[in-house]
Amino acid sequence: MAETPEAPVLRESATFPPETIAEIQRAASEGLYEIRGWGAKRRVPTFDDLLLLGASLSRYPLEGYRERCDTNVTLGTRFAKQPIELKIPVTIAGMSFGSLSANAKEALGLAATEMGTSTTTGDGGMTDEERVASKTLVYQVLPSRYGLNPDDLRRADAIEIVVGQGAKPGGGGMLLGLKVSDRVADMRTLPPGIDQRSASRHPDWTGPDDLTIKIRELREITDWQKPIYVKMAATRVQYDVQLAVKAGADVIVLDGMQGGTGATQDTFIEHVGIPTLPAVRVAADTLQELGMHRKVQLIVSGGVRSGADVAKALALGADAVSIGVAALVALNCNRPLYLEDYAALGTAPGYCHHCQTGRCPVGVTTQDPELEARLEPKAAARRVRNYLSTMVLEAQTLARACGKSHMLNLEPEDLVALTPEAAAMARVPLAGTNWIPGLGASD
Amino acid sequence: MITVDLNGVDIRELNQRLHDLNGDDGRSPWRIVGPDGRHSIAVGLNAPLSVVVEGHVGYYCAGMNKLADITVNGHAGPGLAENMMSGTVRVTGNASQGAGASAHGGLLVIEGDASSRCGISLKGGNVVVGGSVGHMSAFMAQAGRLVVCGDAGVGLGDSIYEAELYVAGSVAGLGADCVEKDVTDDHRSRLAELLRQAAIDADAGAFRRYGSARTLYNFHVDHAGAY
Repeated sequence: MAETPEAPVLRESATFPPETIAEIQRAASEGLYEIRGWGAKRRVPTFDDLLLLGASLSRYPLEGYRERCDTNVTLGTRFAKQPIELKIPVTIAGMSFGSLSANAKEALGLAATEMGTSTTTGDGGMTDEERVASKTLVYQVLPSRYGLNPDDLRRADAIEIVVGQGAKPGGGGMLLGLKVSDRVADMRTLPPGIDQRSASRHPDWTGPDDLTIKIRELREITDWQKPIYVKMAATRVQYDVQLAVKAGADVIVLDGMQGGTGATQDTFIEHVGIPTLPAVRVAADTLQELGMHRKVQLIVSGGVRSGADVAKALALGADAVSIGVAALVALNCNRPLYLEDYAALGTAPGYCHHCQTGRCPVGVTTQDPELEARLEPKAAARRVRNYLSTMVLEAQTLARACGKSHMLNLEPEDLVALTPEAAAMARVPLAGTNWIPGLGASD
Repeated sequence: MITVDLNGVDIRELNQRLHDLNGDDGRSPWRIVGPDGRHSIAVGLNAPLSVVVEGHVGYYCAGMNKLADITVNGHAGPGLAENMMSGTVRVTGNASQGAGASAHGGLLVIEGDASSRCGISLKGGNVVVGGSVGHMSAFMAQAGRLVVCGDAGVGLGDSIYEAELYVAGSVAGLGADCVEKDVTDDHRSRLAELLRQAAIDADAGAFRRYGSARTLYNFHVDHAGAY
């Protein structure tokens, strides 16, 4: 009886796994780096590597369904005459009309308004739809200055000077030609259909001393009414936070490397910046050292997905978080609908990061009227509202379990880490120990 | 004539008084003395006011101007008339870097020289410089015109989109995707009209025109070396 031939043993290379081989061969074929949307896909230490210490004998919990756990937060108390009052500590991050469809922007605005939180414009200016839909709208001032004008500056509720973005610290915005429709092109004063690449530096200021003067100019133009945020990518967080405070920011927005983008080089997304987890702790500690914690509010973003993430970010010292990709997922991003359209992009639900193509199967990141029509703003807003509501309920549940009557009462002492890396980055003890790598043993 | 002396009135009070006129027809001209290089003088105006500043100004004078006519009898610091939307801003002396940055409309006249990045990110405004401009002027300029009666530094019009550049003197070097273009009678006629509006005495026939070659509008591997 002949022996059955054994199946060959295939050994994958750790250095050249299939995706690396495919990328080398793609680069060899096309001669250009990969440009894609979404955020980092690599594994980095995250809030999942932290646990909250609920109450037990040494701490009292609050009654889960009976005692209040407040979630309101005030932003811009340092200099602005009209600080922003939010009902929940979760905001919608800056995403442009252009990168997103008008329906997506409108849906985010409607949902945020219902939840009592803010949305943010993006590279390309403010649309009337999002101004109407968003009760509280933050207006970004970006290096490109596309669509920037004093009327919109005045009708915004806050101003966000964008220095950097977590997905591409040191890089400018990008919008490929398929999404530069006539309306987008008109808003940005660009020829339709071009591959739009924004500047990475502002045209009229360089460095922190200039920024101080720039902030004062914007305050003068808006009669010191509006809070001024400074948004930065998480890189040299300690120094950048110090300089932003010195420059006169009311609010610092810190975007970790997991932060999303509509289109950027993959090498940028995966290899530049630091994760959100260490960024928030360093920023909060820096504000503490300056005596400015809670005086200059801290919003963190980049990979925030759940109420647990919110609770942990706030425990580490943030005043609020901001979500981008997660909000798009709630809109329907990567939902298993229109499967043939995912396939046409060479991807599948759960894996799609093809925002840059403008062919979003679910109508979120597109300017194609047919695709955009797949996103009905009111129904989409309802999903985002449900999602935000769930996040807040989750965060409140966790905060009550830690004995907190306000979300902002969460503190680092409520946290432990699951890995030495996360312990070192978050500066909380490794679970079951009193060891904080880098700081030695705590009492 | 309303005169404000900045040695006794701070910038906040000045701008607030000017903003209180926003939407007004601004009948009375304003004269501001004692600027002494202060920043953010007359920013965010939104009325057809006539404002004259007697002396040198710091950063961002006339920033985001709409409708107003602002004259600085002196020199100007960085970001002069940044992001202006309409109206006219005139500086009788020189201007520092980033003059007219991202201006969407209006007319900026610099009778002397302008430093680097003059007209950077221009979005439809017109900038007329009586003297010369520094390096990287009209970087990523999208629309509008930059007119230089003197010379231009290196990197002129780097990564330019649809803005038009006119230089009467020498150009030390053109930036990526910026090329010299033909000057038609129509171009010359419109240039002459702009010079007339700017009250700059120069012969429109002496200028050469530069603009985008449009080769970098879309990614292509063969253009990688241009960046």
